[in-house]
Amino acid sequence: MPSRTALKCGTFAVDNTHRELATTDALQDPALLRRLLRAKDRMDAASHEAWPVKRLAQVSGVSEAHFARSFKRAFGLPPHRYLLTRRIEQAATLLRDTALDITEIAFATGWESLGTFGRTFRDITGMSPSAMRIEARANLREIDRVPACVLKAAQRPDLTTAVLEKRRRAAKATVRPSIKEAT
Amino acid sequence: MNEGINVVGLYVDDQDEALRFYVDKLGFRVHTDVRNGAYRWLTVQHPEQPSFQLGLFVPGPPVHDEATAQTLRAMVAKGAMPPLVLCVADCRASCEQLKKLGVEFTQEPVDRYGSIDAGFRDPAGNGWKMIQAPKQGREN
Repeated sequence: MPSRTALKCGTFAVDNTHRELATTDALQDPALLRRLLRAKDRMDAASHEAWPVKRLAQVSGVSEAHFARSFKRAFGLPPHRYLLTRRIEQAATLLRDTALDITEIAFATGWESLGTFGRTFRDITGMSPSAMRIEARANLREIDRVPACVLKAAQRPDLTTAVLEKRRRAAKATVRPSIKEAT
Repeated sequence: MNEGINVVGLYVDDQDEALRFYVDKLGFRVHTDVRNGAYRWLTVQHPEQPSFQLGLFVPGPPVHDEATAQTLRAMVAKGAMPPLVLCVADCRASCEQLKKLGVEFTQEPVDRYGSIDAGFRDPAGNGWKMIQAPKQGREN
């Protein structure tokens, strides 16, 4: 079939077929997945830093064009949304474990504005940072048998939809985008 | 020990590489390394835990069909396997030492309620937490 198409349409058809096959194989390729995992690990380790696709693609050793799509197919969500979950998780931990005020936490977890932090936090967790702080501290006793690092990951928010979409649904109206999700 | 957990296995993509990692870097010992055709039963032990073996197994025949093996290799490489915990006496010192040996750390040592933990991965992608218990912590 590919050869017939090639005869008819020239090299373009052949190239596309090859690309398609390469993409399918690559998704199962443990070596590529392992390198994508490395990018995910790096975001985990420094979620307060900026992670443009270029930087992530470099860590994984893949092209920028391929990175976001490969990451999403491997881990189920786009890299920047993944980063958001990590920042919210980190913020929730700091709210629970430290006496830092909310502005300090916003900047420490990588937000550039307090307003965006508060709004995104509420959109994702359903409560304000200060309400989360009160609740987390009240529940502290029950959970201290789970290793703290494992627990932290377990409390990561589940962002299956984009934050904007979540907000739009809740508001039933158009909200001016305040977060750009680069995919 | 008469009763208890004796072997728990990990999936790795390359047993030779895994062996070098767990023995040469983490300091485990080989307990069993037996081949039967393409199949290789390979287990290692922590030097202070003679009653427990950690199996280092590759997905594949005769245990798995190729599609299943492929899925398992992908899961390991994506870091989707369950958490593993290694207890250490001094998390920061162990971290420094393992880093010098080229172990890929995913998380620097962090204090949490008196315990200190760090994170690293084996070459295949299995994620380990390295935890130093609090000074006056309860058992385990």
